[in-house]
Amino acid sequence: MKVHIHVSLKPGVLDPQGRAIHHELEALGFSGVNDVRAGKLIELDVADGTSDDDLDQMCRKLLANMVIENYRIEKLEPKRENA
Amino acid sequence: MGFRSAVITFPGSNCDRDMAVALEQVSGSAPIRVWHGDADLPDRLDFIALPGGFSYGDYLRSGAMAARSPITKAVVEAAGKGVPVLGVCNGFQVLTESGLLPGALMRNASQNFVCRDVPLKVENNQSLFTAGYEAGETIHIPVAHHDGNFFADEETLDRIEGQGRVAFRYLDTVNGSRRDIAGVLNEAGNVLGMMPHPERAIEETHGGSDGRALFENAVKGLVRA
Repeated sequence: MKVHIHVSLKPGVLDPQGRAIHHELEALGFSGVNDVRAGKLIELDVADGTSDDDLDQMCRKLLANMVIENYRIEKLEPKRENA
Repeated sequence: MGFRSAVITFPGSNCDRDMAVALEQVSGSAPIRVWHGDADLPDRLDFIALPGGFSYGDYLRSGAMAARSPITKAVVEAAGKGVPVLGVCNGFQVLTESGLLPGALMRNASQNFVCRDVPLKVENNQSLFTAGYEAGETIHIPVAHHDGNFFADEETLDRIEGQGRVAFRYLDTVNGSRRDIAGVLNEAGNVLGMMPHPERAIEETHGGSDGRALFENAVKGLVRA
């Protein structure tokens, strides 16, 4: 089972990287960008039947730093290989 | 019996030798070098140092991998029993990631690596690590980091300030740290994490020796105890 873990900075935590990207987009002439926040996407391939609780614990114990980051777990639909 | 200290080396640590030299110069006893893969710490330790560097290539987050290695579990246990632990730079990042210290160290607000001597104010001179300084004294210690921007929520910041746990504060704009915090103590006072490198300022040939008092006082305090 493929799972995407989206890790993002909590609201209110300054994101210097996002700010630099924002600045660069404006420098390239793109107007109307109000804000940029940069995060991480971690792709997991886990055994079918891995529990939601296990996925949650993976995020809390390692993948996200709960002091500064939030995470969102997205389970991807399995591809139909022979359809 | 002499001063019995340990310096932990992770893959990617690069200030471990400097830390070992500083501890040996000040205490007269060479520290025991501990590799990250060692299952246990040596027994009867007086002092544990987590050095600077880029453990595990800073993968995921600075200090994240090292904080979860078996030897760090042993360090957390030792800290819980009162063994003094000093984490410098990447060592500080490991201490916050392991939960021994509050907050997190984020990318510098400037996005730039910062490498220079910085003035620090000694905020708390009541700890084992800082009692060799005067309260409010200004000292100069070098920094060299990309991820030194100390973050904690306002409630946590108020709590650690109220408990006198800010050991050092930057007197200069360095990395965007909340309330200019450069070094933090745990509640019991036996764990200190700091971004500046005191082990790089222990003799005049380093360009300054303001870091020496930190090690001297720790050694003196522990040998007397």
